[in-house]
Amino acid sequence: MDSAIIIPLLAAAVQSGTPILYATLGEIFTEKSGVLNLGVEGCMIIGALTGFIVALATGSPVLAFVIAGFAGMTASAVHGVVCLWFKGNQVVSGLALTILGAGLANYLGTSYVGQIAPGFKPVPVPLLSQIPALGPIFFNHDPLVYLTYCIPPLMWLYLTRTRHGLSLRAAGEYPAAATAAGLNVAAYRWCGILVGGFFMGLGGAYLSLAYTHLWTNNLTGGRGWIAVALVIFAFWRPGRAVFGAYLFGGIMALQLRLQASGTQLPSSLLLMLPYALTVIVLVMSSWRQGANEAPAALGVNVEPID
Amino acid sequence: MRLLKALIVVMMSLSLSTAIAAEKELNVGFIYVSPIGDAGWSYAHDQGRKALAEMPGVKTSYVEAVAEGPDSERVMLNMARKGYDVIFATSFGYMDPMLKVAKQFPKTKFMHCSGFKMADNMGNYFGRMYQARYLSGMVAGGMTKSKTIGYVAAFPIPEVIRGINAFTLGVQAVNPDAVVRVVWTKTWYDPATEKEAAKSLLDVGADVIAQHQDSPGPQEAAQEKGVYSIGYNSDMTAFAPKAHLTAPIWNWAPFYKSVIEQVQKGTWKAESVWPGMDTGIVDLAPFSAMVPKELQDKVMAAKADIIAGKNKVFVGPIKDQKGAVKIAEGVMAPDQDLLGMTWFVQGIVGTTE
Repeated sequence: MDSAIIIPLLAAAVQSGTPILYATLGEIFTEKSGVLNLGVEGCMIIGALTGFIVALATGSPVLAFVIAGFAGMTASAVHGVVCLWFKGNQVVSGLALTILGAGLANYLGTSYVGQIAPGFKPVPVPLLSQIPALGPIFFNHDPLVYLTYCIPPLMWLYLTRTRHGLSLRAAGEYPAAATAAGLNVAAYRWCGILVGGFFMGLGGAYLSLAYTHLWTNNLTGGRGWIAVALVIFAFWRPGRAVFGAYLFGGIMALQLRLQASGTQLPSSLLLMLPYALTVIVLVMSSWRQGANEAPAALGVNVEPID
Repeated sequence: MRLLKALIVVMMSLSLSTAIAAEKELNVGFIYVSPIGDAGWSYAHDQGRKALAEMPGVKTSYVEAVAEGPDSERVMLNMARKGYDVIFATSFGYMDPMLKVAKQFPKTKFMHCSGFKMADNMGNYFGRMYQARYLSGMVAGGMTKSKTIGYVAAFPIPEVIRGINAFTLGVQAVNPDAVVRVVWTKTWYDPATEKEAAKSLLDVGADVIAQHQDSPGPQEAAQEKGVYSIGYNSDMTAFAPKAHLTAPIWNWAPFYKSVIEQVQKGTWKAESVWPGMDTGIVDLAPFSAMVPKELQDKVMAAKADIIAGKNKVFVGPIKDQKGAVKIAEGVMAPDQDLLGMTWFVQGIVGTTE
């Protein structure tokens, strides 16, 4: 493979990694506050449909993208109500949210199948896109990809350098101590769920507004689950999530490109790659003790402060 | 006199009963695998259903986006219980569920699209799409400059492989050196993956993208890159007006009408039918203005030959990818071989595994 193949491959890796990246960042944020939200897929697909409908109705992709975030937030609020108000099981609630989201989106979206919504188009960044290799790989995409370049550093700053972010992590690490220190743990967990859901909604909308401009049943195609696995791979660090998302995007793009370049490997084996990689990544992460970096109170419900 | 009265009553009641029999509506149900708005496979079938709805004495209804497997069995069972007279199931994966339901409801007539299992009250049908694919291949072959054509395909099953082979033979009929590169997506309908697959083909130099997929994702990719595309199922011009050249399309209306007429006349029996372009079941969508007149004429001449039965598409010598002769000189491949096709013709880059 020469550079004529590798550069488009890497560019495709960035693009197909972007929806996963949004969702992974959202899930990291939620889990940092101590709540496990397995409903990523559900939040994503509701965001995807909402974004599509709003874009179609208003003709404004930017507005559609933002509203899609709020739709993802609303979906994740269902999880919040179950886990924070009623102390429900977080795993069960998350799974239910995935099923609910997919069913609801398929039902409500039926009449939108086959329409084209106005969406985001690639906008090369002046100057930066002229850099050999790096330009076409990173700076020849739609604006939503550039947005993801800014989010991980900001999230890192928030989680490690701000009082609010440290309190949110305290709610996820040791809620009893956080409560003793006078923090309202439930409020921080609500913050984690809602902001996380917002990012998941954006990830879904990326699929219906930029990656394609179409709506279809199951548009997210399991990307939400890859995001859940990537959080573990990333050791709950936003920076590593970028690497992980592009790695997965790259594998997805690679298997199609291997086929296009005329490999004799059976396509079934190639299609297995992303999923095989998920399993390998999870095994490797636990070997490297990375799993110990999970927020200590992840998935543990807290009692409200009276 | 009394006898006459009685006779009149008998006559009247007889004529009344026949009138009722004639007025009894035929209930026809359709089951689709995807939403009918997909501009693809299910949309094409639904156009056929709409044509039936205009026939006198026929009532139609449909259920869309029914998953293959147990879900579809439940839907068919429901239709049969409600007393539907004819049920059309339009996806391969409905075959076994339909067979099960057909055995429970011997009076209901079942028609399954694209399968091979039958029962006394269950027939199957399909169209010779490969004929239209051959013609669309000629268009692609005439328009390519890089001599590389990309083909985004769903699953390596005989139906799809046959289509790719026919397409390639069409390409070679006008452009003997051109190659067709194939990428499998392993999905019928996933716009994101299909678009990415099309992009991967564009990156290796393809300048015409064809598809055996139900979403317009590949069309979008071609238009964004500024190259040409060939659609599928129905006219996909709306999705990529600057790229779409033509499309092999389904036209189920005449076929569905003929089935319902047979049922109405009582001549229907469970059969396996595979009509071709001469019946109008498959066709080529109108050419885009980008296709030069000369090429259009050439393709239309080939179309006339196919309709007249002069061009059977799979006529030897046809070699496989390794160069071995699979269909001998002058021999026309029998339907059995076409239905079980698992090898690629020479000139295709890709694997059938």
